[in-house]
Amino acid sequence: MRIEHEKLDGLADRMVEAEVKGRSPWADARKRFAHNKAAMAGLIVLILVGCFAAFGNLIAQYPNDFTDFTIMGRAAELGQPSFANGHYFGTDDSGRDLFARVVQGTQISLMVGVVGAAIAVIVGTLYGATAGYVGGRVDNIMMRIVDILMAIPYMFVLILLLVIFGRSIGMLFVGIGLLSWLDMSRIVRGQTLSLKNKEFIEAAQATGVSSFRIILRHIVPNLLGVVAVYATLLVPLMILTESFISFLGLGVQNPNTSWGKLIAEGASTMQYGTLWQLAFPLFFFVITLFAFFFVGDGLRDALDPKDR
Amino acid sequence: MLNYIIKRLAIAVPTLLVLIIISFLLMHAAPGGPFTSERAVPPEVLANLEAKYGLNEPLYKQIATYVYNVVFHFDFGPSFVYKDRTVNEIIAQGFPITLKYGAIAFVLAVLIGVTLGVFAAIYHNSWLDYLAVGVSIGAQVLPNFVMAPILVLIFTLWLGWLPGGGWQGGQWQFLVMPVIALATSYMASIARITRSSMLEVLNSNHIRTATAKGLPTHTVILRHALKPAMLPVISYLGPTFVSMITGSVVIDMYFSTGGIGLWFVNSALNRDYSVMMGITILIGVLTISFNLLVDLLYAWIDPRIRY
Amino acid sequence: MKTNLLLSAALALALAMPAGAQTTEINGETLAEEQVFIYRILDDIKSFDPQINTDVSGSEIMRDLFEGLMNDAPDGSQVPGAATEYTLSDDKTVYTFTLRDAQWSNGEPVTAGDFVYAWRRLADPAFASEYSWYMELMGVQNAAAVIAGDMPTDQLGVRAVDDKTFEVTLDKPLPYFPSMLTHASTFPVPEAVVEELGSDWTKPGNLVGNGAYVLTEYSPGERVVRERNPLYWDDENTIIERTVTLVINDENQALTRYLAGELHKTEVPAGQYPRLSRELPDEAYSFPRSCSYIYWFNQNENGPEALKDLRVRQALSYAINRQVIVENVLQGGQSESYNFTHHATAGFEMPEIDYANWTQAERDARAQELLAEAGYGPDNPLSVTINYNTDEAHERIAIAISQFWKQTLGVETQLANVEWKVHLENLQNGEYEIARYAWCGDYNEASTYLDLMTSYSDHNVSGWSDTEYDGLMAESKTMENPSANYTAAEKILAANMPFAPIYQYTGVYMMKPELRGWPVENLLQNWYSRDLYMVASE
Repeated sequence: MRIEHEKLDGLADRMVEAEVKGRSPWADARKRFAHNKAAMAGLIVLILVGCFAAFGNLIAQYPNDFTDFTIMGRAAELGQPSFANGHYFGTDDSGRDLFARVVQGTQISLMVGVVGAAIAVIVGTLYGATAGYVGGRVDNIMMRIVDILMAIPYMFVLILLLVIFGRSIGMLFVGIGLLSWLDMSRIVRGQTLSLKNKEFIEAAQATGVSSFRIILRHIVPNLLGVVAVYATLLVPLMILTESFISFLGLGVQNPNTSWGKLIAEGASTMQYGTLWQLAFPLFFFVITLFAFFFVGDGLRDALDPKDR
Repeated sequence: MLNYIIKRLAIAVPTLLVLIIISFLLMHAAPGGPFTSERAVPPEVLANLEAKYGLNEPLYKQIATYVYNVVFHFDFGPSFVYKDRTVNEIIAQGFPITLKYGAIAFVLAVLIGVTLGVFAAIYHNSWLDYLAVGVSIGAQVLPNFVMAPILVLIFTLWLGWLPGGGWQGGQWQFLVMPVIALATSYMASIARITRSSMLEVLNSNHIRTATAKGLPTHTVILRHALKPAMLPVISYLGPTFVSMITGSVVIDMYFSTGGIGLWFVNSALNRDYSVMMGITILIGVLTISFNLLVDLLYAWIDPRIRY
Repeated sequence: MKTNLLLSAALALALAMPAGAQTTEINGETLAEEQVFIYRILDDIKSFDPQINTDVSGSEIMRDLFEGLMNDAPDGSQVPGAATEYTLSDDKTVYTFTLRDAQWSNGEPVTAGDFVYAWRRLADPAFASEYSWYMELMGVQNAAAVIAGDMPTDQLGVRAVDDKTFEVTLDKPLPYFPSMLTHASTFPVPEAVVEELGSDWTKPGNLVGNGAYVLTEYSPGERVVRERNPLYWDDENTIIERTVTLVINDENQALTRYLAGELHKTEVPAGQYPRLSRELPDEAYSFPRSCSYIYWFNQNENGPEALKDLRVRQALSYAINRQVIVENVLQGGQSESYNFTHHATAGFEMPEIDYANWTQAERDARAQELLAEAGYGPDNPLSVTINYNTDEAHERIAIAISQFWKQTLGVETQLANVEWKVHLENLQNGEYEIARYAWCGDYNEASTYLDLMTSYSDHNVSGWSDTEYDGLMAESKTMENPSANYTAAEKILAANMPFAPIYQYTGVYMMKPELRGWPVENLLQNWYSRDLYMVASE
């Protein structure tokens, strides 16, 4: 899974140009984004899913680890979704409330997506901006390291990491995040290279501002557009990766759960008449990923109208 | 150009070395060992086993011996868990299987994905476009561990058309479901990339000129638009091919194909150090060669790129 | 249960078998044209070498490809295999086996030398078999010293008196020694072939065995095919022509393929037995299998303080509603367990264990009292971790048990799963709190379970030990009828609760109605393809 980053080439450049011409690229973007129906729909879906994750527990009738022993093992007959007994989404095979579990799985999956993407973005941006700004031999070495790391089959390394350090959410964040900053750093470096020769940077250099401050104060803010687009597109990939890891049984520990884990559990028993165990988590999974893709595409089109 | 290739190959060497060392250390840092078993092995037997497989040597020596054997004898050692077989045999047996269904899935994903993407772009903002986008995002986000059992339920249990798994030398009926399950999500991403890249090209000046000159649409698309639109797709293909091999874990697990994907996961879980190392190196080499291949293809399509 | 039907068919086969290859009818049923048996295993075969193999599914194949001194009859008793008879010396330590005139699949005769070679190989430290401890378990003279490398392998207590006479000397009498000889690691291997081909000797085409079948195809991760061996001494009574083992990782997938008619036998996923036995009453089977599922309480020094208190262990054990585990989680006819040894073990008398006869409400009440006495309650809540290896069924049991403890006792439970290898290492290092474990009998006798809890057992990871218990078990080794000692030992376990027994296994299988001869009475589920046959479906 990879992001089509060619489309981000020169984005920062054009945003700076717009700014120099006295227009705020963000204000323009907001207007264009608001007119993009698919992107707006995606944004609304994301907000709703976010609310579901944040406030779902207030509606849930049961804690997510509570086992109803009268339903346990009889989920196909007794565990259907029902408003009467408070199991809105039905129960899983252990008689646990699926609504509460989907709420909790949503929290974990969103967190993995967002935190993983954040780690990737922060590390990638700083690394790429430094390489691009400093240039020369440092740039060369830093980018060679990226090349080397790029050739490492990262899913394999992630599996190894989880096997070695045990399954925990923390490890998952770090593992997923640290292995996906490489693309980000390349993009950022490219954009930094073209920003570097702009007058405002040269002006800052002339007044004796330190390199570190220039990177943080002048380069990084102008990369925000690229970063925002990239991060939005990265989140769904993180969520997909997490679901694969959960399928392998290396994800979060019970009673915690995630979309991937719920889907894997639901898929394994779907022929036994408990289709809702697959349907509800899969529904949330699919609409969220759709929404992220639409918002990401919309954001890119809004910030960089050249394409349209 | 030749210089560039040599330079890239020169980087490959340290890359592989780093890969070997990282995996080796990670694997050995993991709790449990290849000989941890239910009926606890007495310490003297364990010592014998470790001596037999050289695990009693210091780690740096083990790495050195390993690298030496790999480089000079192309010998990846014996499997620690599947004791009748060497890693060379396991890879020689499993990799062609993965390669076969992987390559078919790859070609299929590219052909269908590109076609879908091109049509979606030509009929931009029509129902066809929306349908293509919807279907492709849907296919991209449907995990293949959900798709594989669904396929088996439909084609094996209900329709009775296809065997539910196995390989038997790769006859077509054993290939159909693995290929579909593997190709779908990649087909979807390729379709998405093609569509957006095609849209960009179609809006560019030289295509507008061509259309304005009154050239028929299909000529414009085939002669002028397709080639530049393919560039982003091509750069996507290198990593895709490799991640297809990683993704084949699910295929091997559900369809009992005997491919290399499952061997990797199992070897990591069984602490079969040598098999895991062998497959990691294999995937590393593939990644490097495919990235190189894609770069060359890129240069060939777009002569403006110079190395 | 359809035990009777299958059993009667098996008996008829064993007793009244007319001339083999021409047989078209057994017990009034017409044989199927095609005698092929296809079944599923979970993971790939690790090795086809009897002295290297350590897996149950590998042993199933070994029993077809090789033949040991003794075989299991369908009812689980031992019958002559490669040996026709044996004599036992007066001091009960020397067994002398007379081998039958049999051939390897390459036409060479099977000799006592092949057995000597194989047994020495198992103990040879240079060969480093992971099952070399089995030689020690059988009590063969000098086995321990040979394995440790302190004695050369020719000092092992085995000897070829002549080509057809194989002699084994034991350190001390072991009444159930013959029943241990059906184990795959004691099977002979052809010395000449092994020495010539080295580790390649197990490849299809190379592999030479003395069993009823020969290995003809092996596709790793996919399938193993073995076909009947015309040189086998009892070939004329073999009916199945070909046995195919399919590797299918996912049990639900295996069930789907079974339902689609691709398999003759597969396991029933946890919880699916009631539905399947309702929908396919001729195909769903459940019968006792020699394994016992327990939760270890870690009482080692590095274990949690709370579990060193007997009252806490008892409270936790009492609060487990085993009926729910058996009837709601597993649903495959497993039995609730309050002791260690599987109830169907040969010669084993179930001990009277008090809490087994209480109602669950009584157990819960007692558990609450005990925990309160031990000083845990709402203001000092007990918190424990359940460690288990990654698996859907283990997870569901852990979920249920954590809820029993939470809902009945207010105990907070964390669940921690790791993969099998790590779980084993954690157990062996005592790095766990409460850990799931299952012990399966190596042979059909209670000591295969009860020896585990002695202080000197490598497998007793609980840290619990009891000198009286050790004494009972040591004494049982030479007793004519040790069952009183076994009962007493079980009572000590129940009183000290070093682990909580949970349930005892059943084999829960789907088997096609055409399949006959499955040894449902064999507690170890040691089956042989040559005992099976397919009848024509109506």
